[in-house]
Amino acid sequence: MGDLYLVFKNVTRKKLRLFLTLFATFIAFMIYGVLMAFQGALDAGVELSADDRLIAVNKVNFTQPLPVSYVNRVRAIEGVEGTSHLSWFGGYFQEPQNFMPMFAAEQDTLLTVYNEIVVPDEQKEAWLRNRQGLLVGEKTAEQFGWKVGDRVPISSNIYSKTSGGQTWEFDIEAIYKGSDPQFDTSGVYFHFKYFDEARTFGQDTISFIAIRTVDPELNEQVIKAIDDQFANSFYETETVPEKAFNKAFIEQLGNIGLIITFIVLAAFFIILVIVGNSMALAIRERTNEIAVMKTLGFKSARIFKMVLSESFLVAIIGGGLGIGVSFLVTSAITGVPQIPPLIMTSDVLLSALGFVLLLGFITGIIPAVSALRLNIITALSR
Amino acid sequence: MDAAEAVSETQSSENPNIFQLNNVGKSFVKGREKITIFDGLDMTIKRGEFLAIMGPSGSGKTTLLNMLGGVDQPTSGEVWFNDQRIDNLSENGLANWRAENVGFIFQFYNLMPMLSAARNVELPLLLTNLSKSRRKQSIDAALELVGLKDRAGHKPSEMSGGQQQRVAIARAIVSDPAMMLCDEPTGDLDRETANEILTMLQELNRDYGKTIVMVTHDPEAAKYATKTVHLDKGEFIEKETA
Repeated sequence: MGDLYLVFKNVTRKKLRLFLTLFATFIAFMIYGVLMAFQGALDAGVELSADDRLIAVNKVNFTQPLPVSYVNRVRAIEGVEGTSHLSWFGGYFQEPQNFMPMFAAEQDTLLTVYNEIVVPDEQKEAWLRNRQGLLVGEKTAEQFGWKVGDRVPISSNIYSKTSGGQTWEFDIEAIYKGSDPQFDTSGVYFHFKYFDEARTFGQDTISFIAIRTVDPELNEQVIKAIDDQFANSFYETETVPEKAFNKAFIEQLGNIGLIITFIVLAAFFIILVIVGNSMALAIRERTNEIAVMKTLGFKSARIFKMVLSESFLVAIIGGGLGIGVSFLVTSAITGVPQIPPLIMTSDVLLSALGFVLLLGFITGIIPAVSALRLNIITALSR
Repeated sequence: MDAAEAVSETQSSENPNIFQLNNVGKSFVKGREKITIFDGLDMTIKRGEFLAIMGPSGSGKTTLLNMLGGVDQPTSGEVWFNDQRIDNLSENGLANWRAENVGFIFQFYNLMPMLSAARNVELPLLLTNLSKSRRKQSIDAALELVGLKDRAGHKPSEMSGGQQQRVAIARAIVSDPAMMLCDEPTGDLDRETANEILTMLQELNRDYGKTIVMVTHDPEAAKYATKTVHLDKGEFIEKETA
């Protein structure tokens, strides 16, 4: 028997109280883990944005089109390394709820400007050759059970075909992965030429231009040059760094970060009260036993450490289980459609560990100090 | 190893007194009132003595026992244990001294409810450097001495009051202290069980040379001691030898 055994026996002496305390801690840390992974996924769109990539949209708002002729003019601006353009298709598979982020893209330049999209060479060649070819992210491919070689009908809630109907036929030629695990692979891309020739309206227009600059240092200069060039035209542009574009897009949903912070803080405040109260009660009940241990010769500092260890043990077990389960939960729901890839990054794990230790310390320090200061005579005469 | 080896006879020393209190004073302030318990108390306890301290409530018996056990310190005067002055030791110094020299027995046993009898007995050994196997030997010997080896795995809640007090005695002797301090050790027991406990204390005193100081209200209990002193209002009013 050692001190750790005594700590363990003290922690486990009231099974129901221990279970409820652990359960509360577990829930708080599970919420924390899932929400932080969710926040990380939302931030990933911003974090993974290339510093040297700009987005030019219609100045009115990004749902308004730009002429495709702008692309070559932008490409000619000094400091621009490459461009591509994309048009929102509004595609879904079979049912509207099977929605997917689908774009008609300038196929020759897409993979140069978006080099996070990783495609096997032979699939890439096949996709470039076939004007009805589809480049599908692995998440969407998994969702619908698609594989290379499949021919799939995809409907658009915006565009109908000149040949009639809103269903477009595509051949899946390539399935891509992301260069980073947090890169969202739900996007689907097809040839702009096919799109532009077949649609019933909006010919020669695009949704936005993606621009790669020679150096991020030149971003401001390039932004000014683009927006100046199209000032006072029918289609004025607003060019922003991709990070800012993605951030603004996410913020349209509301200040998710603030909401998550409030939820996490509320969860931790409640858990602090529950565990703190539980620990204080546990030590108060054992006043006499602590006095006896001191009488036998246990030093106050040793008892202080043992009491503090109890709260750390509760926090570590409850918090560890919570984070462990949140890891399983995020892994399980990562493949779910419409949910971005949730990944428990090392930052989340480290911050969780920090919170576990903080919780253990805060909830244990007052009972531990009480035990440290406990007067034997007073305690034994109660 | 048998019980006698585990609880060896206390080594004799040239000083015949195990305890000596010189001009000890003890007072405390309660509200605006200063309450004096002892004022210039002198006392000696001989090595190998079984001393019963009797007296009415508030006479200072428990305070005296606490000062002897190093859990309370006098306001003035000196407390000597063998040739070591203990009233001026630090809190940690006193903790070490208690762990080495004193075994405590309380009225309500004060066992740890979540630990088995063996684990309770082991507690004082956690303050030593003994190996696990040596600790096990000492625990077995102490439990055997109090006749509870077969109940080693039982928790206090699974034992009678008398058995719990015997576990408490085993805990008090397991680290082989020279001194045992008992605060109303039979106060919570029926007569028959009390007699068993007192006989056990008597054997520890007689056969193993343990010096025992026992505070009691019970004249029957005091009869087991080799010496009884009566305390009233902080002074010894009478001395008699049992």
